[in-house]
Amino acid sequence: MKYLDEYRDGKIARKIVDEMHRIQTQPWVIMEVCGGQTHSIVKNGIDHLLPEGVELVHGPGCPVCVTPLEMIDKAHAIARRPEVIFCSFGDMLRVPGSDGDLFTIKSQGGDVRVVYSPLDCLKIARANPEKRIVFFAIGFETTAPANAMLAWRARQEGLKNVSLLVSHVLVPPALAAILSSPLNRVQGFLGPGHVCAVMGYEEYEPISEKFRVPIVITGFEPLDILQGTLMTIRQLETRRAEVENEYSRILDRAGNLPAQKLVASVFSTGDRKWRGIGMIPNSGYHLRPEFEDHDAERLFDVAQIDTQEPAICISGEILRGLKKPRDCPAFGTLCTPQRPLGATMVSAEGACAAYYAYGRHLQGSGSVDVPVHSIGAA
Amino acid sequence: MKPAEAIESQSEAETAIEMPSPLFGSCALPIFDHKNIVLGHGSGGKLTAELINKIFLPAFSNATLDKLDDQAVLDINGIRLAFTTDGFVVTPIFFPGGDIGQLAVNGTVNDLAMSGARPLYLSAAFILEEGLPAEDLQRVVDSMGKAAREAGVQFVTGDTKVVNRGKGDQIFITTTGIGLIESAVNISANRARVGDKILLSGYIGDHGMAIMSQRENLEFEGSIESDCAALHGLVANMLATCDVAAIHCLRDPTRGGVATTLNEIASQSKAGMLIQESAIPVRESVKGACEILGLDPLYVANEGKLVAVVAADSAEKILGAMRNHPLGQDAVMIGEVCSAHPGMVRMETGVGGTRILDVMFGEQLPRIC
Repeated sequence: MKYLDEYRDGKIARKIVDEMHRIQTQPWVIMEVCGGQTHSIVKNGIDHLLPEGVELVHGPGCPVCVTPLEMIDKAHAIARRPEVIFCSFGDMLRVPGSDGDLFTIKSQGGDVRVVYSPLDCLKIARANPEKRIVFFAIGFETTAPANAMLAWRARQEGLKNVSLLVSHVLVPPALAAILSSPLNRVQGFLGPGHVCAVMGYEEYEPISEKFRVPIVITGFEPLDILQGTLMTIRQLETRRAEVENEYSRILDRAGNLPAQKLVASVFSTGDRKWRGIGMIPNSGYHLRPEFEDHDAERLFDVAQIDTQEPAICISGEILRGLKKPRDCPAFGTLCTPQRPLGATMVSAEGACAAYYAYGRHLQGSGSVDVPVHSIGAA
Repeated sequence: MKPAEAIESQSEAETAIEMPSPLFGSCALPIFDHKNIVLGHGSGGKLTAELINKIFLPAFSNATLDKLDDQAVLDINGIRLAFTTDGFVVTPIFFPGGDIGQLAVNGTVNDLAMSGARPLYLSAAFILEEGLPAEDLQRVVDSMGKAAREAGVQFVTGDTKVVNRGKGDQIFITTTGIGLIESAVNISANRARVGDKILLSGYIGDHGMAIMSQRENLEFEGSIESDCAALHGLVANMLATCDVAAIHCLRDPTRGGVATTLNEIASQSKAGMLIQESAIPVRESVKGACEILGLDPLYVANEGKLVAVVAADSAEKILGAMRNHPLGQDAVMIGEVCSAHPGMVRMETGVGGTRILDVMFGEQLPRIC
């Protein structure tokens, strides 16, 4: 396929890996930030093409994974109500809350619908004026413009029966939180390509500078990931720490300015709880007060729901790059994609789910011995 | 019921179900079993397998059923009959390249053909929703008649029920078929042997993506048409070209796609498989549609393709016979049966890595981004 197969060429992949072998002098730990990158890495077997000593650890960038359990429970409480049509991206349907998933709620009579675009909710709202349409607005900066557009259009058109259950998270505060941890092992990042297509990458520059860590904004095709990894190794080997852009065919430093303007007009930044990680200051979006008539959390009075995670699950450590899925005693036995115990097994983009689907035939943890400091982090 | 469409390692499913829950104490995420049927139970993936293993097999178990093939092979006074049944509930009922009626004939004909049988007779049971335009029913039934004539089978019995508006979805069709198997033919999903070659009859994912793009109102460069076709002629070509014993397994990769079919065969034969991703033909339009919708063509349904596991020394000959038939002209060899990782399908990816080709969990869900 045009612009797809070109980025999946085995011969070019081999050349990039050869170049890694040529320049690499010591072990490095590199985190790919996005769930989409994790998926591509494991689906294409990229982690097993890399030179020994280059370890990819999986970051917190799976929106389904990091949506807190209590938010899932809130979603389910709303979706169970008879007057509600609950709309969601597809992969949220299988995420279990404390009592079942959205599929279960659907099977018990709840009106749960998968939408490809949040704006589909407008059509549903117009066709069902007697119903209350709730969209589960999750994701990183990538989905924020489309979700913001839904709120904006609903307000514009006076569609009072449309609301959003917002659980939006932001990448830069999460990277800073990972790098600030005394246990941090991450020495370089494959930055989030689609997030930066919206936001640009200027805001990553202070992080790179402060923590002395290379950040290479990277795409999602196999050759993108290999090239991004090579660029990161090159920086590490030459003791540079800069923000570079591997994904230049898609994005530039400024990002998509109209999208940023729209997002800023609908959402404000505030604290957010991340599943498996906990509260990170200023790490999420909330609807601005002028959109409170479209704020499902307020309209449906679900604020009191507060759920705890199972203790055995190590997804928090996996999301911070401290452990790998195979380090978990429950991986593949007590915890499977059919019966996930935690964040990273619930979505196909989650590191545990990706390992389960594509890599569980391999033995060992896949980790290599690497010093526990990055070139910059304390 | 169609058990064989969703075989999964039974032992694994059982382990998962009998997990010791006390470990979790006040665990907020209990291991839950579905109290109601969810859509995933019909996906042909792991949930379907669970349903079969937990509900249907305990009630119906017998030596023929327990093989979980796409059809039962019955020996009646020395005559070997293939016997199968299948329900069709597709929406929309008319789609690019076919309709529910054609599908209902070809689906059952193909299940018979996958045992090497010559399809003979079909039955049809209709569940019609009140309000269905008679014209639509006429179109569907005419299409069934045409497909049956082309496949050389006859409808010899049937039934019709009508349900209240809203209690069905326009039209549901169940077809049952019987066919005759020549005595020397012995094809079953448990007969794959180490060294066997794996053949695929052509481009994958056409049917599923034709339906999906119609459902989602998506238009792609070069429309995608269902590959719906009766495969018994292709199978007859294959059987005629070699010692019939060289064809070990045949299966049409419908729900769950090629990945699920390969897993079924690997699991039932207790053999490993190694597949080359670059050898698997996928049309540009299907690839594009899958990328947009976040789906994997290897898990998308086909209605006119087959996967064959054959003895290595006859593989080239059989492949040639497939390519000589219009429905197999794009046939390719996609991999082989190996001794490593029995029950598991591994795939060498286009960029040179290796990964597991797993069974679907439930419904294929579009990913968020």
